[in-house]
Amino acid sequence: MNILAAESANPLLPPVGEIIVGLITFAILAFVVIKFVVPSFEKAFVARREAIEGGLERAEAMQAEAKAALEQYRAQLAEARGEAAQIRDAARAEGQQILEELRTQAQEESARIVARGEEQLAAQRQQIVHELRGQIGTLAVDLAGRVVGESLADDARRSGTVDRFLAELDGMAASGDGRGAVAESNR
Amino acid sequence: MTSSASALGSVLASGGEGFHAPTIAEFYPEPIAEFSLLGVDFAITRITIISWVATAAILVFLVLASRKASIVPSRLQFLGESGYSLVRDGMARDVIGPKGLPFAPFLASLFFFILANNAMSIIPFAQISPMSKFALPLVLAVLVWILYNWVGIREQGAGKYFKDAAIPPGVPVGALILVTPIELLQVFIIRPFTLAVRLFANMFAGHMLLVVFSLGTVYLLQVGNFSIIFSPFAFLMALAMTFFEVLVIVLQAYVFTVLTATYLNGAVEPAH
Repeated sequence: MNILAAESANPLLPPVGEIIVGLITFAILAFVVIKFVVPSFEKAFVARREAIEGGLERAEAMQAEAKAALEQYRAQLAEARGEAAQIRDAARAEGQQILEELRTQAQEESARIVARGEEQLAAQRQQIVHELRGQIGTLAVDLAGRVVGESLADDARRSGTVDRFLAELDGMAASGDGRGAVAESNR
Repeated sequence: MTSSASALGSVLASGGEGFHAPTIAEFYPEPIAEFSLLGVDFAITRITIISWVATAAILVFLVLASRKASIVPSRLQFLGESGYSLVRDGMARDVIGPKGLPFAPFLASLFFFILANNAMSIIPFAQISPMSKFALPLVLAVLVWILYNWVGIREQGAGKYFKDAAIPPGVPVGALILVTPIELLQVFIIRPFTLAVRLFANMFAGHMLLVVFSLGTVYLLQVGNFSIIFSPFAFLMALAMTFFEVLVIVLQAYVFTVLTATYLNGAVEPAH
């Protein structure tokens, strides 16, 4: 198209050739953009979103894990506390039991000691009573001899007198509790 | 008459020895190659080559940016992703709605294609946008027109789609005499036409402005007498217009894509 033709050309009526060339140019660009450029960008967008969301998910998982660990720790702590309380109670009960046992043991021991002491006492009294019986006889005869002024050396007579006296004494003790007790305490 | 006033007068004077304002011939350079195929005449001009260069450049950029796209983007990938995200999230998802994401690749193609071709209007040595010729915007607008009508028929059914277009719900019966022709005209003719013309006219006018002030700068330098002192003003104006053109380049690419998304939204969702 020469300059003169251009002067009379209507700019709003483009030649068909130009339209076809323009259409082809745009078609090539649109093809490459739609086929390659946009999918590549979209892939990057998806990858980016996943990376961000993946990071968030990881953080959430870690938080959950930490929470679980805390729960576990708390449960363990509570369990340990319960166990400690149980042990303490058991120890207390055991101590009580031991104390009880010791007490009964001590009581038994003391009872036994007391009993043995009483036994010994009784035996000693018995022995003393026997000894005193002999001595009292001799003493009484001696005293009586001195008082009477005559020797009552005759064994046969002497022993008869003493035995009679002692039998009298025993009879008195057997006839009344009160008098027996008095006689006993006097001996 | 002072010399400056005469200089101004000679600038304003058209024809003869005075300033030659750019004409529409700007957009019809001599063809580099001409051939006829199946009865259709093809003329490969400087502007055709510029369109190919722009498209190839944006393709190379996008392929390099998206190749080996990783979770942590490289600088190039980040740039490409930002552009794509603008279309994907800002238009496909937010304007069209939940059903919009499948349209993101097409919208992105539109956006990058228009942006790259628009950008050629201020790239040195090219300095003309292929979008300032009506063919390219028309191709895109017709594609958009076909797409949103096809989507509307597919999503809503032909009967409901055309009925809703002709008789918008909630309009009083009496008003339909006015509304129906306007709506039909708007959906099926005005939408694609304005879509194409808006882009074309902006780039066309932008190029004309730049050429006027650039040629003016040179003319005022060469015309003699004191007019040389006005040359810097023309130059500053050309500079300012270049920055303005940057805004127009991005804005028109954005507007074209957003409007496409809006039309697709109307097609995807039944009228309220």
